[in-house]
Amino acid sequence: MKNILLGNEAVARGAFEYGVTVASAYPGTPSTEITENIKKYESINTEWSPNEKVALEVGIGASIAGARTIVSMKHVGLNVAADALMSISYPGVNAGLLLAVADDPSQHSSQNEQDTRYFGMAAKVPILEPSDSQECKDFVGIGLEISETFDTPVILRLNTRISHSQSMVELLDQVPFQLKEYDKNPNKYIVAPAVAKKRRVVAEERLRKLEALAETTELNTVEYQSRDIGIITNGIAYQYSKEVLPEASYLKLGLSYPLPRKKITEFIRNCKTVYVIEELEPIIEEKIKSWGLSVIGKDVIPVIGELNQEIVRAAVLKERIDGVTSELTKDIPVRPPVLCPGCHHRGVFYVLNKLKLHVSGDIGCYTLAAFAPLSSMDTSICMGASIGMAFGFEKARGKEFSKKTVAVIGDSTFVHSGITGLIDVVYNQGNTTVIILDNSTTAMTGHQDHPGTGCTIRGEKSQAVDFVALAKAIGIKRIQTVDAHDITELERIVIEETQAEEPSVIITKRPCVLLKNSSLIRKPLSIKECKGCKACMKIGCPAISFSRSRAEIKKELCVGCELCTRICKFDAIKKEA
Amino acid sequence: MNILISAVGGQGAVLASRILGKMAQNSGLDVKVSEVHGMSQRGGSVVTYVRFGEKIHSPIIEKGTADIILAFEMLEGARYVEWLKPGGTLITSSQRIDPMPVITGAAEYPEDLEERFQALPIHYKIIDALTFAKEAGNQKTVNVVLIGALAAITNIEEEKWRTAIKEAVQEKLVGINLKAFELGYENSKSMKTNRKNNEI
Repeated sequence: MKNILLGNEAVARGAFEYGVTVASAYPGTPSTEITENIKKYESINTEWSPNEKVALEVGIGASIAGARTIVSMKHVGLNVAADALMSISYPGVNAGLLLAVADDPSQHSSQNEQDTRYFGMAAKVPILEPSDSQECKDFVGIGLEISETFDTPVILRLNTRISHSQSMVELLDQVPFQLKEYDKNPNKYIVAPAVAKKRRVVAEERLRKLEALAETTELNTVEYQSRDIGIITNGIAYQYSKEVLPEASYLKLGLSYPLPRKKITEFIRNCKTVYVIEELEPIIEEKIKSWGLSVIGKDVIPVIGELNQEIVRAAVLKERIDGVTSELTKDIPVRPPVLCPGCHHRGVFYVLNKLKLHVSGDIGCYTLAAFAPLSSMDTSICMGASIGMAFGFEKARGKEFSKKTVAVIGDSTFVHSGITGLIDVVYNQGNTTVIILDNSTTAMTGHQDHPGTGCTIRGEKSQAVDFVALAKAIGIKRIQTVDAHDITELERIVIEETQAEEPSVIITKRPCVLLKNSSLIRKPLSIKECKGCKACMKIGCPAISFSRSRAEIKKELCVGCELCTRICKFDAIKKEA
Repeated sequence: MNILISAVGGQGAVLASRILGKMAQNSGLDVKVSEVHGMSQRGGSVVTYVRFGEKIHSPIIEKGTADIILAFEMLEGARYVEWLKPGGTLITSSQRIDPMPVITGAAEYPEDLEERFQALPIHYKIIDALTFAKEAGNQKTVNVVLIGALAAITNIEEEKWRTAIKEAVQEKLVGINLKAFELGYENSKSMKTNRKNNEI
């Protein structure tokens, strides 16, 4: 039976069909739906982990204990899990261990566009790159087999267009997979130098064997047609190229690391002009050039951003398609993402803006508060960084500066990697004020549970992390909890805690308005007799607009959170009758 | 067939693209659908692509090759108009949602979008999808009203659309969505348009 599946759904289906019984992940766009779909398969023990490093550690343990395992994350998640990946490379695996890692070229939802292939190369582990949903599913099976045959973790490299595109997939029955024996083998899995030095040699030999595999595997396919143009390509770039250059010859690298030198050399000799069309970094191109062979790559294909048909057409054919060109689009205002009507964060950042504090921010929906009109975040670097960075501000500029500074971090991000930063503040006698924006979910990636919500991925009740007790245990003495929309109380607390000469934690509570069980959605509001003072415009609510000297509330967008009623000095905003 | 769907995050563009994908699948065609998830869904500009035919390679539509743009908001229709091929069709909801730069006063919402569409070598139709969605029983069915309007100008059997809607939406919402489809389909004829006989 065939069905149309999202790339991520197909990866999940592959995990099911090929006998995966353990799956772990931390959500991250564009990888999240892999695990959201895996949870539907009863045969797979699935979890949201606190972060990607723990997810991979769970995966490594499961593999050594005999279960086929998949661990999923976005590209920057692999930075967090890198220690585990680098360290498990030499020991290798027991049952198949697959890391599904989704890159985000063009940075649709990411802070950078790092190329995951560098990690595969650094760890000396093979990389598979599907080019559609069918291959997403198939490559999970092939990847697990390679993992077991070659005693190595395997990276399945996805990207936004692979993960978030749907295409047809042939569904098969589940292949029963027997749990392997627990591999009690300290001479393999204790990475003390005496063992690891020996495994270092094994890892190098493994790479030679994988190079031999690359020459023969059906993952690397050659399609000879016109030999005037030869294209060496991988992943989604294959699809863009095929559409623009249907007559060319192709070497499609489904196994993009290590590369098949002989196969590539022969292909280049058989074609007149050879292009390497790869998204992001010139990894294939540079390797080929290091062999003294001549190909055209990043001279004509950009290194920045996603590729598409237009780019390939311009690069190879020097052509462009004439569509509807118009002056029309020139003055179209941009539409950046915004905090939703009713959002937890709006009240908090309204207060921070009002108090003109230095705000060390973090990663989540609340990063959007950096932009006008809330304009109340100075930095956002990586997951969990807000707390350590705020403490860094203090180290550099002293306690008085710290009194004008707060760190803000979401509940999921705090669990992910904020806790150690908070320990540092206490241990090293800091003054830092930390605001945990607790909206009871991982909102940005589409509302996943996490250890702070008290619910597992399958909705089972679990022990919720008690942020107050945790902060106390770390040694924080000043802890206050407040409704995120009670802006008067919040303002008082923020002033009090930033002035205090010891570290403090403020927990702002209010569930994300988009949560299915949210009780916050009420009747929309409307404005009567507006004085036109524009105070309500400062909260940047998409439901409020201003025209002809008065503010208006769009009924179809308003969720009735009443935050604006607390801003309006004239009491002009009322519930709809 | 290349159909580009443009919308404001949260308006239901992903579900609309899935309905189109199901419809193409049920018709026995090769199909690819490219969606947007993540940050842009928070009220940002979103675009999804649906392509079907004999054999589809790329999941995204090249500029200048879209047959149809289905826009959930006027500004979002205008934003992607260069993706249309000459003679292509823009179907847009008449809804206006101010983007943040307009709310903050940093930019203006162009008031003359319809006149601008008129000047282009395209077909266009404007439909008050929000009103029809409310009439159907839920303002969130704007997406399916627009699919109804789209269905009315294609030569694909009506039943195939209905089947796809039934497969793509939650069971308890099938009734409301079929009504929304009906309203979009029926009222497609009375839509504002600059060309007659928009058969494609």
